[in-house]
Amino acid sequence: MNGSVFNVTMFLAILPELWIFVLASVVLILELVLPKEQHRLLGWVTAVGLLVGIGVSLIVGVPPTQAQFVWGDLIRFDQLGYVFSLLFMFGAAMTALFSIHLERLGQRGDYYVLMLVSTLGMCLMASAADVIMLYLAIETTSIPLYVLAGFYKEDEKSTEAGFKYLLFGAMTSAIMLFGFSYLFGFTGTTNLYALVNLVAQKQLSPLLLYGVLALILAGFAFKISAFPFHFWAPDVYAGAPTPITGFLSTASKAAGFAVLIRVLWVGFPAIQPYWVYILTGVSIATMTIGNLLALAQRDIKRLLAYSSIAHAGYALIGFVAVSELGATSVIFYLIVYLLTNLAAFGTVSVFEKKSGSSEIAAFAGLSRRSPWLAMMMLVAFLSLAGMPPFGGFVIKFAVFAAAVQRGLIGLAVIGVLNSIVGLYYYLTVLKVIYLYRSEEEQVAVPIPEASLLALAVLCIGVIVMGVIAAPWFNIATLGARAMW
Amino acid sequence: MIPLSWYLIFAAALFSIGLFGVLSRKNAVAILMGVELMLNAVNVNLIAFWRYLSFETMAGQVFAVIVFAVAASEVAVGLALVISVYRRRQSIVADDINLLKY
Repeated sequence: MNGSVFNVTMFLAILPELWIFVLASVVLILELVLPKEQHRLLGWVTAVGLLVGIGVSLIVGVPPTQAQFVWGDLIRFDQLGYVFSLLFMFGAAMTALFSIHLERLGQRGDYYVLMLVSTLGMCLMASAADVIMLYLAIETTSIPLYVLAGFYKEDEKSTEAGFKYLLFGAMTSAIMLFGFSYLFGFTGTTNLYALVNLVAQKQLSPLLLYGVLALILAGFAFKISAFPFHFWAPDVYAGAPTPITGFLSTASKAAGFAVLIRVLWVGFPAIQPYWVYILTGVSIATMTIGNLLALAQRDIKRLLAYSSIAHAGYALIGFVAVSELGATSVIFYLIVYLLTNLAAFGTVSVFEKKSGSSEIAAFAGLSRRSPWLAMMMLVAFLSLAGMPPFGGFVIKFAVFAAAVQRGLIGLAVIGVLNSIVGLYYYLTVLKVIYLYRSEEEQVAVPIPEASLLALAVLCIGVIVMGVIAAPWFNIATLGARAMW
Repeated sequence: MIPLSWYLIFAAALFSIGLFGVLSRKNAVAILMGVELMLNAVNVNLIAFWRYLSFETMAGQVFAVIVFAVAASEVAVGLALVISVYRRRQSIVADDINLLKY
C-alpha cells in the first residue's frame, strides 16, 4: 500500500509491461541497424521476444496468493491481470508471426512497435485498479490500434477503417470518461476498490449510479463490440490489414472484457440487479444481431466480424450469471476464443495474400489447392461454431452451464438457438472450401513458414483445449477467484 | 463563491453540445472538435469536483492533466488519419467515406 518506497513486488507486478516496453525499444533500434533485406527478422524478434516474455513471467512473475496493490494503488497484482497479460502477449506473438510474410506490414519496425505498445496497454487494462490508470491504459491500447487499422496508407479501405475506428473510439471513450468524472465527483476517490465502501457509506442515490454506469458502459460496449456500439466492427474489420483484424477481434476484445469484469463486479456490486438486467438485454441483442447479419455476408472478413460480435454476446451470458463459475467461464471463453479466432484470421490472411480477395466465393476449391490450409480453417470454423471435440464446444458449454446454474434458463436457450444459426453460416463457408470446384485448382496456396508455425500452434491448442479442458479451466478459475 | 452546481450544469451543457456536434456534423474535423468539447466538459467536471469536494487529495488534478495529455495525442493521431483519408479521396466529409458498408 506504500507508494513511496520501491520494492521487488512493484516491478514483478509490471513485469510483462516492462518486458514489452524493452522489446519495443529493441525492435525500433533493430529497424535502424538491420539492412533492409533482413527486416523479416523484426517479426521473429517480436514473436520470440514475446514468447520468452511469457516464459519469464511464468517463472518469476507469478502473483502472490494474496493480491497486492502497488504503484500507489494504481495496479492490483493478482491472478486476473496475470492470466490476461499472458494471453495478450501470446495473441500479439501469433499476430506478429502472421504479419511477417506481408511486405507492406511485416517488414516495418513501426508496425511491430505499435502492436507492442497496444499490447502493453492491454496488460495494464487487465490489472488497473484505479479509473485514472484504467483510462490511460484504454487509450494506450486504442490509439496505436487506430493507426494499425489505417496502416496501409495507399489503400482506400484501410484508411477508411482507421478513420471510422478513430471517430467511434474517440466519441465512446469521451462518453465513458464523462462517467468516470462523475464517479470521482460522487465518491471523492478514483480507486475501484475504495469506491465500493464509499458508495455504501455515502448512501448515494441508485439513480445517480445508474446514470454514471450507463455512461461508462458505452465505452466498454465499444471495446467489446456489443450492441448498440457494434456498428464500427464490420467496417473496421473488413478494411484493416488482416492480421490486425485478428488482433482487434481477440486481444482487444478480451481486454475489454477484463475491464468489464473488474469494474462491474468489484466497483458496482451495490446496483448489481440493474447492470445484470441491462447486460442480459445487451447479450441477447448482441448475439442475435451478430448471427443474423452474418448470414447475409459475402466477404469472409465481414462474416468473421459479425461472428465476433455474436461471440461477445455469448461471453456476456457467462458474465451476467454473476458467480464464480460465471467469471471462470468468461475468462475461459476469452482464452479459447482468442486461439480460435486468431487461427481463423490467420488462414484468411494466408489465402488473401495469394488470391488478393477475401470474398467467400474465392475460397472455392481450397481443399484441393491447399489441403492443410483447408483443414486448419475447418478446425477454426468448427470450433467457432461450437462443435466437439474443439475448444469452442467446451467454452459454450461453460457459459451456458453458468447461466443455468443461476436459473437463467431462458438466456441459455436463446444462446443455444443462436449457436444453431451460427453453425449454418460457418458450415456454408466450409461447404465452399470443400465441395465447390474452381478453375484455379492447380494453383497451390503456399503457407509461409511463420504463419504455418503459428497456425499449427493455434490449431493444436484449440484441439487440446477441447479434449483436455480441465487444466485451462483451472487457470481461468484462478483468475476469477483473484478478483476480490 | 459560485456554487458547485453551476459548474456541473455548465459541464453537462458543454458535453451535450459536443455530443450533438459529433453526431450531427459531417466534416471529420468538426467531429473531432466535438470530441474535444466533450473532453473539456470532463475536465471542467473533474476540476470543479476536486476543488469543492476533495481539495486535500491530488486525484482530480492528476486525472485532468492526464485527460488533456491523452486528448492531445488522440487528436494528433486523428488528424493524421484524416490527412491519409484526404489524400486518397480528396474529401473529409464523413458521408463520402462509404466504401465499407453492409
